[in-house]
Amino acid sequence: MAYVAVKGGETAIQNAETLLKAWRRGDPQVPELTLDQITQQLSLGVNRVMCEGSLYDPELAALAIKQSWGDLVEAIFLLRAYRTTLPRFYNSQPLDTQQMNLQRRISAIFKDVPGGQALGATYDYVHRLLDFKLMAESEAPVALEAEPNRAAMPHVMELLRQEGLIQSVAEKSVEKLARKSAGESAGESAEKFAENAVEAAQESVEKATEKAVKATQGSVERATEDTVKATEDIEETTGETIKDTPEPAVEEADRQPFDLTRQPLSLPAERDARLQNLSRADEGFLLGMAYSTQRGYGNNHPFAGEIRVGQVEVLIAPEELGFEVAIAEISITEVQMVNQFKGNKVQPPQFTQGYGLTLGYNERKAMSMALVDRALQAKELGEAVANPAQDEEFVLSHSDNVEAQGFVQHLKLPHYIDFQAELNLVRQLRQTGREETVDDTVEPTRAETKNGTRNKTMDEARNENEE
Amino acid sequence: MTSIKPRQLWMATLAKASLEALESRVAMLGELPPYRFLRPPEIGLVMVQGRMDGSGEPFCVGEMTLTRCVVKLEADLDTGLDVDEGGGAIAGFGYVSGRSHRHAELAAICDALLQHPVWYDPVQETVVEFLQTLAQQQKEIQQRQVEATKVNFFTLDRKQ
Repeated sequence: MAYVAVKGGETAIQNAETLLKAWRRGDPQVPELTLDQITQQLSLGVNRVMCEGSLYDPELAALAIKQSWGDLVEAIFLLRAYRTTLPRFYNSQPLDTQQMNLQRRISAIFKDVPGGQALGATYDYVHRLLDFKLMAESEAPVALEAEPNRAAMPHVMELLRQEGLIQSVAEKSVEKLARKSAGESAGESAEKFAENAVEAAQESVEKATEKAVKATQGSVERATEDTVKATEDIEETTGETIKDTPEPAVEEADRQPFDLTRQPLSLPAERDARLQNLSRADEGFLLGMAYSTQRGYGNNHPFAGEIRVGQVEVLIAPEELGFEVAIAEISITEVQMVNQFKGNKVQPPQFTQGYGLTLGYNERKAMSMALVDRALQAKELGEAVANPAQDEEFVLSHSDNVEAQGFVQHLKLPHYIDFQAELNLVRQLRQTGREETVDDTVEPTRAETKNGTRNKTMDEARNENEE
Repeated sequence: MTSIKPRQLWMATLAKASLEALESRVAMLGELPPYRFLRPPEIGLVMVQGRMDGSGEPFCVGEMTLTRCVVKLEADLDTGLDVDEGGGAIAGFGYVSGRSHRHAELAAICDALLQHPVWYDPVQETVVEFLQTLAQQQKEIQQRQVEATKVNFFTLDRKQ
């Protein structure tokens, strides 16, 4: 049954909005909040709204917070709605996080990292006691300063990578290649794949595999497709197919990563789609998911390899201009988690990574994102997908708070007719039950009804969404 | 970035500057030559991309607001600017984050003037260099404050 619309209530609705505005403003004797005050003094709230609203604009985020009466999820909704009114001009060049202006940089795995560690502005080592001095106004604390050292601060993970202790992107994709093309089990190595999969054209496949490894900096997907094609067509056009494999540099420039705002999410999802989903996901949801992996619902034993907070340049390359130009420096948080990986028959023990990247200073969120990103790599790493945080359909479908709050909160809209129907049904069933007076038959009937009701509610809700 | 051309540098400086600072410096240039919009300021979005694990394949992180604008200096100047431009008048581009039409317009007009043989020096000295110094100072303050939080942890050896 479709949702039955209701009519009326116009005056009440208008008055409710007016009342909301008045109460939102509060006591007129108290000075009104300015957007500057919000961006400056409620900065982490602004950062969260920009991150989950998936739109970097501190002024708009502050406006949304003011308008939403401090309800950050509502503010996120407002920002998401606003972005749909604007055209997309460009995709940025991928951020170079190595070149950040750091305002905080820590590593929990090495105490002496090149460039050193700086705590920056953090609550980490502060007592969580209420500071009653803040109740008094006119506070203007002054930060201490020191002569900066200007040493380079490379990613901490590079140290492990140089030693070959981190599972590299290339290795991962070769593995994926092997699985996809030959349909073999997860741990199967690329070499073995090359030997077994296509006996007829062993050399060529090896070449293709090599190419694919090189191409991973560009596109894993394309490389995989090309290699599969290469193995299929190999008898006919041995040399040519391989020659057709585009150069990595060209591929990277041509291929745009998956974009949730333009394409619906499809499962199984590639890592680019997952990372975008997680980057704009609800912080609370991600935090809970991340926590579950630590408590044993997921095979995760993470270390914070590096946490970086700071400003990074955003570059675009407009066609009409013909060269790259910087448009701004934006604040971001980057987290790289290291997880142990026991290895398998063909791979020695090493570390795997989880990655978190958020717009703005959202450290808790970025850390959670990194843990969940790692958990979602379960299938690629040949781990059992046995827990909620490893289940991409579960995580990716429920991570968005704009969608989630809409579906949960629609329940408070009038459902009089729908409920009336259910009421009649329950009464009728009870009546039937009483007449039959056989306990055995009541139980399955009730169970069926439950399922039936749930399906109906889903259908009905879907209809409502369409309306 | 392939090569840091001077134009990329000044465009970045103009884009990153605050509107207030830019406005006050441009005002010091006095009367500007006439110009018109080839493309009036318009607000849109840029999808910001990151890289997996910091150095891998790109993925979409989120969007940001951008205002862009193109201006063209009117050719009726008695300065001989047409010589370098092959007869056409100079076009200036502005790409700035946020939603300020004015900021995009000022960035575009400065970009045009900086390509102009007569205007280059005053704009470079009065506007660009000042804004660069300002940005550098702000960066320096942050670096100094962050440096004061530099931390050296020691691990305790339990055997001792």
